[in-house]
Amino acid sequence: MDFSLTEEQQLIQDSFRGLLSRSCDLNVVRAAAERGDEGNSPFDATVWDALVELGMPCLLVAEEHGGAGLGMIETALVAQELGRAAAPIPFIGTAVMAPLAITDGDLLSAIAAGTTRIGVALQTSGTSRDVQSGGARLTGAPVAALDARDADHLIVEADGQLHLLSATGVGVQVTPTIQIDPLQMAARLHLDQTPSVPLQNVDLAWVRRAGRLALAAQSLGAAERVLEMAVAYALERKQFNRAIGSFKAVKHMCAEIAAAIQPCTAMLWYAAYAFDHLSAEEAELQSLLTKSHIDEVARFAVRTATEVHGGMGFADLPGVHFWYKRAGFNRAQLGSPEVLREQAAVLQGL
Amino acid sequence: MDLSDRKEHLEFRQEVRAFIAAHRHRVPKVSGQSYRMHPRPFAPDMVAWQTLLVENGLASRTVPTEYGGYGAEPDILKSRIIADEFFAAGVPMGLENQGVSMLVPTLLEHGTEQQKQDWVARTIRGEIFWCQGYSEPGAGSDLASLQTRAVDDGDDFIINGQKIWTSSAHIAQMIFCLVRTEPDAPKHKGISYLIFPMDLPGIEVRPLQTMTGHPSFNETFFTDVRVPKTALVGPRGAGWQVANSTLKHERGMLGNANSSQWRLNRIREMMGRHGPAGQKVSASPVHRNRFIELQARVQSLRAHEMRLVTGAARGQPPGLGDMVCKLLTCEVNYALDLFAIDLQGELGVEYDKYSGLDDDGIWQQLSMYDLGLIIGGGTAQIQKNIISERGLGMPREPRLTEVAGG
Repeated sequence: MDFSLTEEQQLIQDSFRGLLSRSCDLNVVRAAAERGDEGNSPFDATVWDALVELGMPCLLVAEEHGGAGLGMIETALVAQELGRAAAPIPFIGTAVMAPLAITDGDLLSAIAAGTTRIGVALQTSGTSRDVQSGGARLTGAPVAALDARDADHLIVEADGQLHLLSATGVGVQVTPTIQIDPLQMAARLHLDQTPSVPLQNVDLAWVRRAGRLALAAQSLGAAERVLEMAVAYALERKQFNRAIGSFKAVKHMCAEIAAAIQPCTAMLWYAAYAFDHLSAEEAELQSLLTKSHIDEVARFAVRTATEVHGGMGFADLPGVHFWYKRAGFNRAQLGSPEVLREQAAVLQGL
Repeated sequence: MDLSDRKEHLEFRQEVRAFIAAHRHRVPKVSGQSYRMHPRPFAPDMVAWQTLLVENGLASRTVPTEYGGYGAEPDILKSRIIADEFFAAGVPMGLENQGVSMLVPTLLEHGTEQQKQDWVARTIRGEIFWCQGYSEPGAGSDLASLQTRAVDDGDDFIINGQKIWTSSAHIAQMIFCLVRTEPDAPKHKGISYLIFPMDLPGIEVRPLQTMTGHPSFNETFFTDVRVPKTALVGPRGAGWQVANSTLKHERGMLGNANSSQWRLNRIREMMGRHGPAGQKVSASPVHRNRFIELQARVQSLRAHEMRLVTGAARGQPPGLGDMVCKLLTCEVNYALDLFAIDLQGELGVEYDKYSGLDDDGIWQQLSMYDLGLIIGGGTAQIQKNIISERGLGMPREPRLTEVAGG
């Protein structure tokens, strides 16, 4: 047994972390959030270009289409870094779920080259309005389609199957709504008798599972980032003539976050390993357990890290709130913990 | 990342399985858990089982052969395979009492040749019981402030003082004990580590009643107890370092996630039973949700353990990942116990403390015992100090004198 990252995986993690710490600092995130709060797209083209150059959209695209043909472990590592940086770029729809759903070679090549963006609307109870397919036409209004803002194509779940459609075609309205997380590129869709192409022979559960794990990885990255911010602030901020990080009331909050986060890395690795190597049932169970657990840990981490910052945590300046919002968004996507736990119970025959 | 066994480990796993299949009929009737919660002398079948495991390299396997062990090279993956296969088969592991897990590594590292010859073999076979004389009424989390005195008297020390939380002291033949030999030295430098028999004149053991109703702990009093200086382990005044050096041997994790998984598996069975209303317990959405929440926590610890084992096998030093284990494992076990009691509804209040441990009363007992474990062996708050100070690099709380000056 060797439950550790390979040299290549370590290199991927290091290079994405390095790139994002250089190109996506707090100023970049803040500027993107300001765009988002004003109703504009938070998309940052400089960050996107740098990530494309490093191979971000290639991860899950097969090598014959110009991709890297990597697996879920590598994808989760990249997602974790994107979550840590709160990078204002499309990822989970465009670079995680779309490559698994699409078989068209040209479109896959465009994904890998970073020249197209694809929004994905899956149905998860409580988060989406049902879409019906009548023949090859879709009607419905999914609420928060991931990466749909300014996307070229959309992948929409209807009647247990995925459908591909042009985002700019007849009968499609993509309405960006102002959201709690201003760094997202999700949008509301209005489909009215929209022409679409069913994606045959695509395992919908598999696509959803990949999205779930990427969301969990992003939230774990967010939790790790806010812990670093909390510790740094507690070491710097002085009250009663000493760093507040020397007060047990404060440092125990940091210890609790660290303790909650620590096992999540291995849990995520195992779920990604299951995705790549184990049975569909085991992979499904692990993805349900992992996202539901990391959602809870991330909620605890972002809330507690905000409190470590005292009044400043509520203020805009330290920026903890960007990750607070990111964790909240991810939690609601593709199944909140309660929904996922019920699915896990059913899956195990409870 | 590759979770399959390499050839050597695959063969070892098969050997362990073959051993279990061949010797299953020799499994002791009463579990090690029971002995832990109700310390009492081992029944002959327990000693025989332990001896069998030691002889086959399935317990204390790295103890050198000249001291009665198996003399295997340390291989944490093999240790892990033993733990997992024994757990999967529902067969008790070798002893992990304080003699085996704390005293033996200490003697192997710091003991004299005579001490190793005298004690190691008999301890790992389960023939000698040890108790630990560390905590005192006035020295708990601040253990180094301990006041039990050992005064120099020629070839002997004369010991006076009191220890508390000495589990098994009423049945132990021997004690490993921290005493103050240099009262004028700084508190961490005046402590010595002694081993001596519990039947010496002047030692009195009184049971300490606990919330479980079982006196599994004791208070131990020393009045002019004369102990020869050959009882010293390591140099005089170095007892604090001697005691702490053995902590690196126990990474506080092996088999821990199995203890949580064991609880989870039993709860899974309970979920399938029929409740008072005739429905299966698992039909309740609230209970289903709570079960999966706990399952996810246990799974996170299982995966975490695999990562730590890999790190240890590669010789990486313990870090933050190891520091969180005690806190997390104790907390999840306690949460599992409470869930199991809640599942029993009104029946959950019944608690016959004299009944055997293998009935439903085990949850009532565990729900108290596991709270004790959150406190014992370094409280949850001490764990958080360790995590924040050593793991996250946060400053210690200033001492009172510093605060007064500030």
